[in-house]
Amino acid sequence: MGEFKVHRVRFFDYMPSAISAMAFNVHTERLAVARADGTVEIYNFADNCFQEKVIPGKDGRTVEALCWAGQRLFSTGLNGEIVEYDLENLRSKYTVEAYGGPVWTISSNSQGTQLAVGCEDGTVKIFELVEDSIQFQSNFDRLKSRVLSLSWHPSGTQIAAGTMDMIRVFNVTTGETCTALLQMMVDRAAGANKKKEVAVWSVVFLSDNTVISGDSAGKVQVWDSQMGTLIRTHLVTKWDVMALAVSRDESSLLAGTSEGSVVQFQFISARLDQPDKEWQRTRTLRSHSHDVRALVHTDTAAVSGGNDAHLVVRPFMEKVVKGSKESAPCKITFPHRSLVSCGKKAGILLFQFPERLEVWRLGESNENGIPGEELSVTKKPEALIHLKRKGDDHICCSTLSPCGGWLAYASASSVRLFQLQYDNDSIALTKVKLPKVLRWANQLCFSADSSRLFASFSQSSVLVFALSKSEAKYVHTLKPKSVSKQAVHLMSTSDDGQWLATANSDCEVHVYNLKKLKYHCTVPVYGSCPSAMAIHPTGSNVVMVHADQKIFEYSLEQKEYTEWSRSLAKKGLHGSWLNRVAPVTHVSFSASNPDYIILHDMNMFCIIDKSLPLPEKDSDLCNQNQLRSMNEAARVKDSHAFKICEMFKNLLCVGLMEDHSLVVVERPLLDIATRLPAPVRQKKFAT
Amino acid sequence: MVAHADTRVVHRGGSKINFRAPVITQDSRFLICVSGECIKVFSTSTEECIHHLQGHKELVTGLVLNPSNHLQVFSCSEDGTIRLWDFTDGPFATFGLVSLNLPPSVEQHVMVKGHTIVFQSVSTDPKCIAFGQGVRMHALTHSLTHSLTHSHTVFGWCTMFALGTSGEMAARNAFTCVACHPKDDCIATGHGDGKIRLWRNFNQEKEYTFSTVHWHHSGVNALCFTPEGTNLLSGGLESVLVQWRYGQEGQKDFLPRLGSSIKEIVVSPDGSLFCTSHTDNKITVIKNCTKVSAVIQGLVHGDGVKTALMVDPRTKALVLNGKPGHLQFYSLQRDQQLYNLDIVQQEYINQSNLDQFEVVKAALDSRGSWLATVEQRSAKEVEISLKLWAFDEHTQSFVLNTTISAPHDGPISEICFSPSSQNSTTLVSVSLDGHFKAWQLTQPDPSDDEEASWSCDFVGDYHSLEPKCCCFSADGSLLAVSFKEVVTVWSPASWDLLTTLSQPPGAIQDLCFGRLSCSKYLLGATDKNLCCWNLLTCSLEWSTALDVSLLLADPLSENVAAFCGAEKTTDLFVFRPSEPRPHFSQQALCTGRVTRAVFAPRDEPLDGCEESSQWLNRSQLYFLTHNMELLTFLTKPEEERLMALSKQVAPTIDDSVAMTPFYLLLGKHRKRQEEERDILSSQSGVRNLLPQGSVAIKEVGDHGDDVHSILLSEQPTEVEMESEKEEEDSEEEGASVPPRPEHESSDTGAKLGPVLTKAEHRELRGVKKLDYSWIRGLVTSNPVVNTTKQMVKTPKQRVKTPKPMAKTPKPMVKTPKPMVKTTKPMVETTNP
Repeated sequence: MGEFKVHRVRFFDYMPSAISAMAFNVHTERLAVARADGTVEIYNFADNCFQEKVIPGKDGRTVEALCWAGQRLFSTGLNGEIVEYDLENLRSKYTVEAYGGPVWTISSNSQGTQLAVGCEDGTVKIFELVEDSIQFQSNFDRLKSRVLSLSWHPSGTQIAAGTMDMIRVFNVTTGETCTALLQMMVDRAAGANKKKEVAVWSVVFLSDNTVISGDSAGKVQVWDSQMGTLIRTHLVTKWDVMALAVSRDESSLLAGTSEGSVVQFQFISARLDQPDKEWQRTRTLRSHSHDVRALVHTDTAAVSGGNDAHLVVRPFMEKVVKGSKESAPCKITFPHRSLVSCGKKAGILLFQFPERLEVWRLGESNENGIPGEELSVTKKPEALIHLKRKGDDHICCSTLSPCGGWLAYASASSVRLFQLQYDNDSIALTKVKLPKVLRWANQLCFSADSSRLFASFSQSSVLVFALSKSEAKYVHTLKPKSVSKQAVHLMSTSDDGQWLATANSDCEVHVYNLKKLKYHCTVPVYGSCPSAMAIHPTGSNVVMVHADQKIFEYSLEQKEYTEWSRSLAKKGLHGSWLNRVAPVTHVSFSASNPDYIILHDMNMFCIIDKSLPLPEKDSDLCNQNQLRSMNEAARVKDSHAFKICEMFKNLLCVGLMEDHSLVVVERPLLDIATRLPAPVRQKKFAT
Repeated sequence: MVAHADTRVVHRGGSKINFRAPVITQDSRFLICVSGECIKVFSTSTEECIHHLQGHKELVTGLVLNPSNHLQVFSCSEDGTIRLWDFTDGPFATFGLVSLNLPPSVEQHVMVKGHTIVFQSVSTDPKCIAFGQGVRMHALTHSLTHSLTHSHTVFGWCTMFALGTSGEMAARNAFTCVACHPKDDCIATGHGDGKIRLWRNFNQEKEYTFSTVHWHHSGVNALCFTPEGTNLLSGGLESVLVQWRYGQEGQKDFLPRLGSSIKEIVVSPDGSLFCTSHTDNKITVIKNCTKVSAVIQGLVHGDGVKTALMVDPRTKALVLNGKPGHLQFYSLQRDQQLYNLDIVQQEYINQSNLDQFEVVKAALDSRGSWLATVEQRSAKEVEISLKLWAFDEHTQSFVLNTTISAPHDGPISEICFSPSSQNSTTLVSVSLDGHFKAWQLTQPDPSDDEEASWSCDFVGDYHSLEPKCCCFSADGSLLAVSFKEVVTVWSPASWDLLTTLSQPPGAIQDLCFGRLSCSKYLLGATDKNLCCWNLLTCSLEWSTALDVSLLLADPLSENVAAFCGAEKTTDLFVFRPSEPRPHFSQQALCTGRVTRAVFAPRDEPLDGCEESSQWLNRSQLYFLTHNMELLTFLTKPEEERLMALSKQVAPTIDDSVAMTPFYLLLGKHRKRQEEERDILSSQSGVRNLLPQGSVAIKEVGDHGDDVHSILLSEQPTEVEMESEKEEEDSEEEGASVPPRPEHESSDTGAKLGPVLTKAEHRELRGVKKLDYSWIRGLVTSNPVVNTTKQMVKTPKQRVKTPKPMAKTPKPMVKTPKPMVKTTKPMVETTNP
């Protein structure tokens, strides 16, 4: 595998934001996740839960609820606005004021024609979806207190609304409470909390006219909405039941609690030969340390997110084939794209936060040690720049030129370019004006010699700017020969400055010839989204790793897959490689050995040596430790192309510097957990 | 070796009543449980044993009520038979086991169904099998340790529920017990990690689901649904009965402090009584879910009996280790625990890896007025204390008299009282620290208010060898202490070393003086040989190569029993020291070594004429096997007598039940009915034989019983009082054996005994005198033997004499009158 001097970087104090809402689109299998800072992420469940899109947040915008209406995504928040998102350009399309104070909840009917929002002032408002906009339609009878949760009856004629202490059922056409019976008063908690009113955090309206509610007294209650009677109460927790989710066939229900557990209820008959069924509490899933704020019940899995910022996918074992990739539980903490850029030549790192950028210089050590030894640092790593962004919009992408002399970042409203000058210990940062053409960008990238800046724009186009001393000049717009309107999420240039490759969420990889400033070709579209790609510095091959863990190498000159890629496809990848959950987020090459491909995901980094044979199906994929204990001959016999190192965990970035040292940016999950607020108190046995 | 067909080894008295789950009868009045080879019927209200159902020849391994007649019970046994009992009368029918797949070694649970299914790889513990719901029967079997098989016998399919079998979790989540919901399709399983899982929705597809509830901190031992299925009961090591609401498992009720770890839970068919059986051989009856209404305590079988088996001369009770830190007094005649004596007087903490004080040695003096106990804790260094308890006539229990902390520097290997009948009793303790000490009761000055307390009288050793065992001769004039290969004989009167005996090789393991006519003999067992010395000649009389694990002398006869441990089995030889040929021997008595046994004197000697069983005439030999089963010998005539007794007793009880005024009324009515029916049937010409337990008769009988029980509970106590005299009369008439004074019944052999011993005593004295001078010479020549009185004057240890009142559990000598007697007078008052 070779030996590296490793910079083990742990000073990137990245904090993922708490998950506040989720919405799942059954037809497209896309999960929208909203975080507390207003970021909305789109995960593709058809493609290994890959984080396809990230819509950056904005100061002052919190998302309390998300909902899909057909292909359109809406959110509401405590600022009282309804936002529709532009999923192609990854920004908000427009906002509509609801005029009811903070909006707690939003829900669309199953036909996708109407939206209902619940406001702080106790009103439920109906909006009609029109093309490119929504239109206010009607106000329901005002309730006494804020409307915290809404659920449409699948037929679209009735809405159940949960407020403080009660649940109401409305008739949508009249906007009036159907009958007086349909006020369902929720019991308050016993004991000292008797005076505290109960918040109905979540309601679910089922097609058999059953309403299920989850409230702040820790109860999950089953109601008959026609008679307004309580059928069954399950006391789930001493704290709050924050979220409910029901499966599509209405046979299973999930309830998320403040204790971090998710409780499953199933609609089963007490005896097999009898038809009458009831909701029985069954499993308890414990995957969170903090409140579960949002829940989604897909056909095969329970998806939960909460204040501990983990997105957890727990498959139901009876619904999936054992041993398949679907059956592996998955915990997504880090974004599936890089937040770190390396200035390879200068030994500088750029860390991206939503509200700021940090530039660090790596530490140095003069010592040489045996493998595994810790070297003493002669020069400590130092923070060079803290750069605060301007405006309300969060930073969506940033990049550092390989020489470390240029820095660029973009948000939804602006793109900024800076020049960095180092004078021994002092550092100078000068802003460079960019032409007006570039109002925003999805991805930014410098060329290897730092002479050009590439910015991806709408409809997968790329703007090219020439950089000179304190000036950036617009050169050209590269446009792909395709109709895709999706945004570019990956961009990569070759070290020789000849090629530029872009990948978008329609899984297309376009390659441009930079010498000619012309579209070159499109790599044959593969069904899974590329999660990382890079162009080989000498061979003019682009290496792509997809969300389903497949690896392809495509020759740009021959415009075909390379021999190695074909043999890899023919042989098939090793089963334990394909069953990994985390996608590869970074690909790079070794300057010393052209056969090496370096890639990493959250849990490991791997060097693929193309000169070695591919691993056999029955051999051990991670055999580095075994090889070390073997003698020379056996080692040669047993070694294969995939050299996996699992020494480092929770990786955000692995980069190879110019001096052949490796930079490993780790963010231990324990550090994240310690910075979270204290969870609710739970009595533990023997404590 | 002679085969003795007329003597059997049986479980009799003190057998495990918690071996299998008990059965509560339909009307909740009786509790039926297995007890060794017989089945016992207890009353759930008075805790009294009402019937012994005897008939099985081996251990009874299962009990179940007959579903078609709730006055009958099926039982199965290791003898390969299933018996059907009318538990109000006696045996009803016996049928041999038909099936081929039931070897007697496998523990079976009786199943009364028309199906025959053979399950494989099923755990032999009946806790792991459960049946549900009548016709739609689910047989649930726990195969391996990590899966649960559910088979639907009607549709004939099986579902296998499996839990993860790898990793750290799997080591703890093995299935321990299973229960079926009586109405719903729900199976509850208990697990080793204390969780209870409720499995539901098991159809043929793999869509079963389960929910988990967790309260127990260690494994769940027992699970049971109430008859309506509204509650689930669980129990385990915590000795807490947990009641879970079915459907709302978050709500649970507890019944704590049930004494010891719960082994089984049974609910009566009407749900009013719960019944838990515990690991300390106890059955607790719980009324109305909340109140412990009755406790049936059998002989506590602890992890190991550390003390020797003893017989309390006062109560004739067997004394041995009971609950941790306690001594139990168990009446073998009545098969009932009399009381527990708290020796350690410290809270017992139920936790593993915690060293706590245990009673390791106990001894009773010949009149039962003093009890000596040794408790020991071996945490880092051995902590020992010796306690002496005086019997208090007033409270009828033992009261702590003296506590001696650290009586020896090493563990005490044996203690014994001298059998002398004078007021001054001597206790000898032998320790591995190389000394033996004699303790005596010292009377304090009359000026002090203090009571008499015990203090050290003499410390002896021999060439600083480790002593192992000690033994007093029957008259208390000689004390033998073994030091490795050497047996030293001392005079307790003067504490002089009289003689030494030795028969190398091999250290002496056990010592025993002959009794009565054989009291001139001293028996010693090394690990290879059994030696018999004649004390008159101080020479070896005979020796034989035997690996003796225990030597025991019958106090009422010359017989000595020797248990010889072979590799796996134990042989028993009974012989007289005077004649080296054994007159009884039984090979392969039981598996494992026998290290505890006792001769329990009989109330009334048997007059068995069979030569081979004559040794059992005066005392009964009880012994404990290595897995803590109390076994004894039963001679054929005795067995026949007992069978006859049980047959005699049964009708009397039946009669007594019948003879209530209400029952008489009803009975007359019934008789008339029957007569009428007979007439009718004879008239019609077709003789219909009424089936046993026909509905009409059963109902009438039932009502009679119920009404009777109500009447019983409402009987004024005065009736009892005034009828006592008559009761006594009836007792004489009854078949039960009245306890008779021993002296009258002792035969000529016993009278001869003392005479002989006196003669021998004289002889021995002569020997003593002879020896005395010899020892003199030895003492002067050899200064190692410290027999000087100076040692005694300066006892090393502090002798404390606190007088805390020991817990005074009243010995249950006076037991509640059984029903038989109380009802008798009623007959006479009502009969015109």
